[in-house]
Amino acid sequence: MFTPHTNAEREEMLRAVGVSSIEDLFKAVPKKYRFPSLDLPPKKSELEITNELSDLSNGNGSVKDLMCFLGAGAYHHFIPAAVDSIISRGEFFTAYTPYQPEISQGTLQAIFEYQSLIANLTGMDACNASHYDGATAVAEAVILAHAHYRGKRPKMILSPSLNPQYRETVRTYTQGFADIEITGDLVKDPLESPDSLIKLIDMQTALVVVQYPDFFGRIYDYAKVAEVAHQNGALFAVSINPIALGLLKPPSEFGADIVVGEGQPLGIPLSLGGPYLGLFATKKELVRKISGRLVGETVDQDGKRGYVLTLTAREQHIRREKATSNICSNQGLMALASSVYLSLLGKQGLRQVAELCYQKAHYAAGQISTVPGFSVRTKTPFFHEFIVDCPVPVAELNAHLLEHGILGGFELGTVFPSLKKSCLIAVTEMNTKDDIDIFVEVLKEMSHD
Amino acid sequence: MTEKTIFELSSPGRKGVEFPAVDVPTTDLPAEFLREDLPLPELAEVDVIRHYTHLSHLNYCVDEGFYPLGSCTMKYNPRVNEAMARLPGFAYCHPLQPVESIQGSLALMYNLQEMLKEIAGFAEVSLQPAAGAHGEFTGVMIMRAYHQSKGETKRTKMLIPDSAHGTNPASSAMTGFEVAPIATDARGNVDLAALRAACDETVAGIMITNPNTLGLFDENILEVIDIVHKAGGLVYGDGANLNALLGIVRPGDLGIDVMHFNLHKTFSTPHGGGGPGSGPVGVSDKLKEFLPGPIISIIEEGDDEMPPLFGYYQPKNSIGRVKSFNGHFGMHVRAYTYISMHGAEGLRQVAELAVLNANYLLSKVRGAYKLPYDRVCMHEFVLEGMFDDVPDVHALDIAKRLMDYDFHPPTNYFPLIVHEALMIEPTETENKQVIDSFAEAMLNIAREAHESPELLHEAPHKTPVRRLDEVKAAKDLVLCCWLPENSE
Amino acid sequence: MNVPADYKYTASDEWVKLDGKIATIGVSDYAQEQLSDVVFVEVVLGEGDSAKKGTTCATIESVKAAADVNLPVSGKVIQVNEDLSKTPELVNTDPYGKAWMLKVEISDPSEINGLMSSADYEKFLQDRSH
Repeated sequence: MFTPHTNAEREEMLRAVGVSSIEDLFKAVPKKYRFPSLDLPPKKSELEITNELSDLSNGNGSVKDLMCFLGAGAYHHFIPAAVDSIISRGEFFTAYTPYQPEISQGTLQAIFEYQSLIANLTGMDACNASHYDGATAVAEAVILAHAHYRGKRPKMILSPSLNPQYRETVRTYTQGFADIEITGDLVKDPLESPDSLIKLIDMQTALVVVQYPDFFGRIYDYAKVAEVAHQNGALFAVSINPIALGLLKPPSEFGADIVVGEGQPLGIPLSLGGPYLGLFATKKELVRKISGRLVGETVDQDGKRGYVLTLTAREQHIRREKATSNICSNQGLMALASSVYLSLLGKQGLRQVAELCYQKAHYAAGQISTVPGFSVRTKTPFFHEFIVDCPVPVAELNAHLLEHGILGGFELGTVFPSLKKSCLIAVTEMNTKDDIDIFVEVLKEMSHD
Repeated sequence: MTEKTIFELSSPGRKGVEFPAVDVPTTDLPAEFLREDLPLPELAEVDVIRHYTHLSHLNYCVDEGFYPLGSCTMKYNPRVNEAMARLPGFAYCHPLQPVESIQGSLALMYNLQEMLKEIAGFAEVSLQPAAGAHGEFTGVMIMRAYHQSKGETKRTKMLIPDSAHGTNPASSAMTGFEVAPIATDARGNVDLAALRAACDETVAGIMITNPNTLGLFDENILEVIDIVHKAGGLVYGDGANLNALLGIVRPGDLGIDVMHFNLHKTFSTPHGGGGPGSGPVGVSDKLKEFLPGPIISIIEEGDDEMPPLFGYYQPKNSIGRVKSFNGHFGMHVRAYTYISMHGAEGLRQVAELAVLNANYLLSKVRGAYKLPYDRVCMHEFVLEGMFDDVPDVHALDIAKRLMDYDFHPPTNYFPLIVHEALMIEPTETENKQVIDSFAEAMLNIAREAHESPELLHEAPHKTPVRRLDEVKAAKDLVLCCWLPENSE
Repeated sequence: MNVPADYKYTASDEWVKLDGKIATIGVSDYAQEQLSDVVFVEVVLGEGDSAKKGTTCATIESVKAAADVNLPVSGKVIQVNEDLSKTPELVNTDPYGKAWMLKVEISDPSEINGLMSSADYEKFLQDRSH
């Protein structure tokens, strides 16, 4: 199957090695535990595994069959066929990390272009070759800030409207740092205006992190928060949705020093949560503090343009215990997918997708607000997600919607006690007007009036 | 020919994809939030496809040929894995869907957890970590949480043999541990005297790579584990070299308390030019409660008529989540496919042939290159890429010259305990003829090093670009390009 | 290997040049050779900072390596070499001259006795290479 050895070859190789059987190669392994019998299902042929997994996957209700109004950090968008066609090329997906630049220019230039696309999209000066996902990108921003101030500024302020999974990940990542204090996010009212962060910012603050649009889909201008952060000498980080930046002004315009975010909306399938793509871009001043891989342009010995992994001396394999992060692999293939996606959509296409999301979400919000018992809580400007207060428990509502082939919104009460009866509805270009109208009809069935 | 960048190829007004018109009544856009310029390139679909196809031709890859990168396990990536991960029912489910609507995926994850537990001998597995280093970090945090739960806050020292993987020290430091290196003895094992001397009441544990980065199985592994356990420490196993152990020995049986798996090394998920990886973590019974959640479990037992209902559970003293959602599910599908197609016997054969290939290759190059630790190796071995009589030839020159023979070079300059290291891992998916021709290239290069060293110094000769100026890259630091109209 | 006689040295390859209570600090010729092409230098202590011997006062990066420079003597920083951020290659070309990193007013002159003389350092380097 995947091992090509014939019996004759095996014998010949054993003779060359000078042992009489393969077992002889494992004498260093304690005899007592050598060659355990593993209790695994009997092996399957390609035909059998294909049948098994087709059956299993058919047991799922995917967004190919369901109407999806669920977002909350992962979004259903259209992926042009060309994206998978490129990332399915063996030259890309069966290559390793481009440590040997002479035979890895394809990967290296693709990453360089990815860095460039994200820098242009976010308005930043530099971007790394990616982190694991949006959550770990935020955690890495916190670690960057800690290292930037050499541990002298303990306070990391997270906005309460930063994705709750990101906040949890930051807490996990920093539990070994005695000199980091995570604050700002555990408030009674997660919907309070970002201006309430301002009073927390002081000279002990290393970093303020906000989300744009925020977890609830709302759009704020964070200029004031950024200004106060900077006045206090702190860094300001913004977690973005890259599709929204097709329409909205980039965080560089309101003072971001670091832009992070979940890159999944850029041509990466939902795939039950991964693999995704952690965006990480900064201003020039922080370039040397960025963890993870970076690709830089240079020339070869004949003067020809080429690309290499650069600033590697910051990384774990050289700095070892003095490195600020242990990150090693990036999301190479996902970064490539997002580059192909952005290249295909370009200036006009990304704007168009963002507008479709915006318009359809606003249409949906308008329609839902006419259903008795339901009300749209989001009053401030929003992008493609909004909060709906429901007359019935959200879990019950979602079960009912699922029976009608609809994936309902995220149940906010599972994370925010004060939003017990609320759900977060996401609408993208994938939802047609008919979908939205059907969704509203089913909500009407659930309205208690 | 230099391939232009996607920005240089841009032609204002072009579009690669068309979207439907807005089909709903429109709302005014919030003018104060709108961006003025979106400086992205503009291309037609054919431009994009040609560009990336050209780029792909500049890469070496496993599909192209032999990739003996030590410690990276560059085995063949079966195509069925890719097809399975792309089944619409797997590729297009939202991670926050109600569990009732994703039973197929949860069943797969549950079964993969069970398989990994069985293969490596652990009590529980979390599939959440995104990569090997991420799994390591998770494992070390679990060790920390365990000691904290016992009130043993003075255990701040992590022992790391100098033959362990390079990420280990950074993973420990990020978790707040001090790193104490442990030397390697003359046979390539952990130096037991050094280990004993380092084991005091401040030891949190040891991070051991076994087989180690010399490709050697530690002959005293049980003693090493025992010494650390007796000192009150835990044993972390770096699972990057698990390919050599499938069906040969279970790390959990040896007494290892926690280990990460590299699905992208051992279980054939592709490397993708640097990722995504996937680094599930397995633990012994006493560490179960600290794993990152959610973990997939049966929340309602099934019976003859009804299958069980799978759902999530959060271990009671969990360190918390280490990333969003469920981990790299797409990689879980691929690994599940691979394990299912092998079964117990097939997996053992993978390890056996990986080890046979390494020893066979070693037998062919022994003599032409120095071998600092000469004994039966596991899945990889480390040579010295230098010759006493031609001191200006380095491992780097040998690596670059291999490219002229159409091979990917081995890992070089790692592990650090071997001068001018060349770390070679052939994997089990290579046939005898490939290994023979690689060995021949290595022997030729050893000869060239003596007869015409300039061939090595100037190598590679026939690659798309030649040696690159890394100093310039680091000094000038050009990390991005811009549209021609936006460049200064 | 250049080891000027009028300098003092540490086992981690820093040099110190004394002028009364003022110590000028840099890294040795041996250190720069080990690092190869230096591409980045960051002096992390600022003017006015007081720090103990052993504190990291600068970091140096080359293409393949990174090194921390540790303060050889305790004291207060009175001057930092601003040129190094723009021209890090000075570490390679003039390690004992233009590549000085910072000047420190010594707080404990007895610490000087713990440093190596040029002869000791030369011997130390020889022993290390065997």
